[in-house]
Amino acid sequence: MAGARFVFLLLLLGGLPAPASALAVEEVAPGIFVHTGRHEEFTPENRGDLANLVLITGSEAALVVDAGGSRLLGEDWLETVRELTDLPVRYLVLTHHHPDHILGASVFAQAGAILVGHERLSRAIRERGPLYLDNMRRLMGEAAAGTTLAFPTLPVAIGKPLRLDLGGREVELRAFPTAHTDTDLIVFDPMTATLVAGDLLFMERIPVIDGRLLGWIRVLEALESIPARRVVPGHGPASAPFPEAFDAERRYFLWLRDSVRDLIAADVPLSKAVKALPLPPQMHWLLAAPNHGRNVIAAYTELEWE
Amino acid sequence: MRPSVLFLLCTAFAASPAFADEDNWSIVREALFEGREIRDGSSFLQLEAPVRALDAAVVPVRIAVDPEHAPRIRTLWLVIDENPAPVAGVFHFFPKSGAPLLETRVRVNAYTDIRAIVEDEKGTLYMASRFVKAAGGCSAPALKDKEVAMARLGKMKFKLTTPFSVGKPAVAKLKIAHPNYTGLQIDQYTRQWIPPDYVTKVEVTFESEPVLEVEGDISLSEDPTFLFGFVPDRPGELRVRVVDSSERVFERSWTLGPAS
Repeated sequence: MAGARFVFLLLLLGGLPAPASALAVEEVAPGIFVHTGRHEEFTPENRGDLANLVLITGSEAALVVDAGGSRLLGEDWLETVRELTDLPVRYLVLTHHHPDHILGASVFAQAGAILVGHERLSRAIRERGPLYLDNMRRLMGEAAAGTTLAFPTLPVAIGKPLRLDLGGREVELRAFPTAHTDTDLIVFDPMTATLVAGDLLFMERIPVIDGRLLGWIRVLEALESIPARRVVPGHGPASAPFPEAFDAERRYFLWLRDSVRDLIAADVPLSKAVKALPLPPQMHWLLAAPNHGRNVIAAYTELEWE
Repeated sequence: MRPSVLFLLCTAFAASPAFADEDNWSIVREALFEGREIRDGSSFLQLEAPVRALDAAVVPVRIAVDPEHAPRIRTLWLVIDENPAPVAGVFHFFPKSGAPLLETRVRVNAYTDIRAIVEDEKGTLYMASRFVKAAGGCSAPALKDKEVAMARLGKMKFKLTTPFSVGKPAVAKLKIAHPNYTGLQIDQYTRQWIPPDYVTKVEVTFESEPVLEVEGDISLSEDPTFLFGFVPDRPGELRVRVVDSSERVFERSWTLGPAS
């Protein structure tokens, strides 16, 4: 089955007119397909195609991880999924509440998928959803057309992993305390030892702290015990070796934590903190401006409580 | 005038066609100062704010007064023209304050002028302003972790950032745990406004004498934090009393003296 898909994609590359819907995917492990998003901000041209999207197929059902940043993109992603598998999409798992991961979700809900997310995800979408929609309309214009919010109905509680059986393939979902956001969720496939990390892992593109830096550092420690061999980041390549893939992010976080602690101890006020802490040249991250500065502010206001 | 009342006024005026040509500053100015002259204070009044805010919900603003050239300041208004609640805070200073210094963090909702207006003992008003580029600071909840925020509600952290010395100006830092919920979001499930919940008053006293009073509103960032000055005349107790819009009251005190 995978072979036929690969040939199909080869033909696309060879110049045959591609069906308008197909998003490029890579099969990173048997039955695990990844579409990589772009390292950009939202534009009308990219339709919110910023995050990695994943399809996992069993023998009876398919599970999709994340839905893209607009309805239009969600439609294309569903079409792509339908080209890759005839199996019903039983589950759409949302790794967290950020718009580039959730705004295509209504497409999958309407197609009959059960939306699964962190126990706090519903509330997060309720509270931030209107702002995201406003921002998307402003940033994407017509490309945001038809985008609406969809809410998860199957929650995963912190400390209580959920197993979903796709027919001969059982995947495990785990919800975490606040790290990247307060709604972070991962999917682990024991069959191929593949960890779908969502935005707990950023590669190439700078991580964004919209949760707790110390919490994220703790969660990275917890992830180390997962018996994975490869990991799919929320932003970055389709797959990378586990656990090395986390090294650059961990290094950045530890440096940020220690440096901001030093600033606070030296009574450097917030008004001066960002200028005082430029990104070290040996740390290469895309989109570092303005996100690194934002991370400094987030770390500073968090660590002030210590 | 209570800042929150001013907020309602502003939304009312914004909707009324009769005031459609008035900019927000004119409306706020009239409501706060009723036609009084406001002089240029830039020779002694230093207002620092980033030209482009990295995080619209946490914009550091610093106001300092050059003691050599400044009259004695009693009151400071911090105004953010384009915010739904444009009077971000009103700060009252006292003899124990020393030369007024204030650093805090505000929410900025749109590209806007931020203004510091001070009033001296004679009742003369002076102003300095800066233009800040930011967007969305008021309508987005800055709650990165709501569970932690609500569990921590009312906790405070206090630190002297300069050594304690009788008669010498000290700089203090006060951080108050509070979500400062703006009340400008709608819960998408219930279609109800999520109620505001924010710090309305902070009273700082040292040995029972006032050092700083703050009238706050939704434009102050989550976890209101203030850097301020005071001149201790002896070792003693610094006390902070915080009131919020839900009428909760929090009090804490710290003993200050030379480090031993």
